[in-house]
Amino acid sequence: MMKERRIRVLIAKPGLDGHDRGAKVVARALRDAGMEIIYTGLRQTPEMIVEAALQEDVDIIGLSILSGAHMELTRRLFDLLNDRNMSDIPVFLGGIIPNDDIPELKELGIAEVFGPGTNSEVIVRRIEEVVLGDRSN
Amino acid sequence: MTDLIEQVKNGQRRAIARLISRVENDESAARDAITKLYPLTGNSHVIGITGPPGSGKSTLVNELTKEIRSRHHQVGIIAVDPSSPFTGGALLGDRVRMMDLAGDDGLFIRSMASRGSLGGLARTTGDVVKILDAAGFDIILVETVGAGQAEVDIASTAHTTLVIETPGMGDEIQSIKAGILEIADIMVVNKADRPNADRVVRALKAMLRMGKGYKSTGITHHHGKVMDIEEMASNPVDNGLVWEVPVFESIASEGVGISPIVDTISAHKEYLLKSGEWELRERTRSQKEIKALLTTRLMRQLNYSVTQAEHDKLIGAVARREIDPYSAVDKLFQQLKDSG
Repeated sequence: MMKERRIRVLIAKPGLDGHDRGAKVVARALRDAGMEIIYTGLRQTPEMIVEAALQEDVDIIGLSILSGAHMELTRRLFDLLNDRNMSDIPVFLGGIIPNDDIPELKELGIAEVFGPGTNSEVIVRRIEEVVLGDRSN
Repeated sequence: MTDLIEQVKNGQRRAIARLISRVENDESAARDAITKLYPLTGNSHVIGITGPPGSGKSTLVNELTKEIRSRHHQVGIIAVDPSSPFTGGALLGDRVRMMDLAGDDGLFIRSMASRGSLGGLARTTGDVVKILDAAGFDIILVETVGAGQAEVDIASTAHTTLVIETPGMGDEIQSIKAGILEIADIMVVNKADRPNADRVVRALKAMLRMGKGYKSTGITHHHGKVMDIEEMASNPVDNGLVWEVPVFESIASEGVGISPIVDTISAHKEYLLKSGEWELRERTRSQKEIKALLTTRLMRQLNYSVTQAEHDKLIGAVARREIDPYSAVDKLFQQLKDSG
């Protein structure tokens, strides 16, 4: 029987900053690595992101945040994921995230933080590890 | 799996999403799911939206959905984008144009990658339609990949096909070429605020007039029923049996021109039911589905009954002109038959 498993990734930009170049670069790198990327565009609320993640049945969520609101947005997102029994979906972050905040973000449940200039191969490999290690079907 | 299917029947959204992935990824799961859900399907009006890349399909789907939702229908959306033929990856961006639709429980949007299919849909799009149908969505919008001339699979998946054109895509000769214009039940000239929109509308109307009377036989020809073209042409409006393809203008980005299109989508459903065309289209869809599944099955049987080495040997022989391709196929077919 034919099986064709592809990693599905939601790339979203929560919050009010209007720059999605980084998000698009990552989306493209993941596409080139053979993944299916659902790109949702700018100014997404955590509610919209969780809804899209549910409907699209993604394996992992990537957030790009440049606004400095990463703590609030991440907390809200995890609350919503918990409410909907979706806390099994790993979440990674990109954008401008101060190093000092990373331990707390990981505490909240963020799987990985990719800062500016991270090699896209590193991102691809890490996502594959997280997803394929997490969900085997 | 059985639990998942039960949850889909109850319209549980995460179960719907999960089952769609299973069906996309795994043929035996698809078989299991569709066998169980098929008796519950057949209640949705399936509407196809097709047209060239950048013609505004997603924006139009967004606007149509808002209007249809205001009329209290449950809407499922399947938006297909192309997979890369090189890496198999895909960037599915249709949701960007559908942000307005967030936060609505009467709506379910799913993006699909085409995964190598060339007809404008993915191989499993028809199965995903059935899942949404069984889950209780009474209207299902299927947006194809950006389509040019030959991507016409949508016509046998949808009951009603909207073909979107825009000004500035080419001269009138484009509109008389064979292809997606022939599958239109409703034509929409989007971005109608652009120069020359009226010319595009005129060209399309002229093209459709040329096909007057033929259109209905055109449909029925596609769908396997034989009708007398002369008779149809001399009697073009016969108890509403002929559907005259209307041409609408819209500016989807501003929400202009949407309501008449939705009215006409409903009118088309009524026409299909009254004229008997609905049943014909269901037959055509069934026929194509059976054929596709049978083809897959036969190819698999062939791969099973002929070893790769034997296959390669024949390929080499044809390449060296020791045997012609027809005779090579005779040999392969004989082995297929012998394998029972």
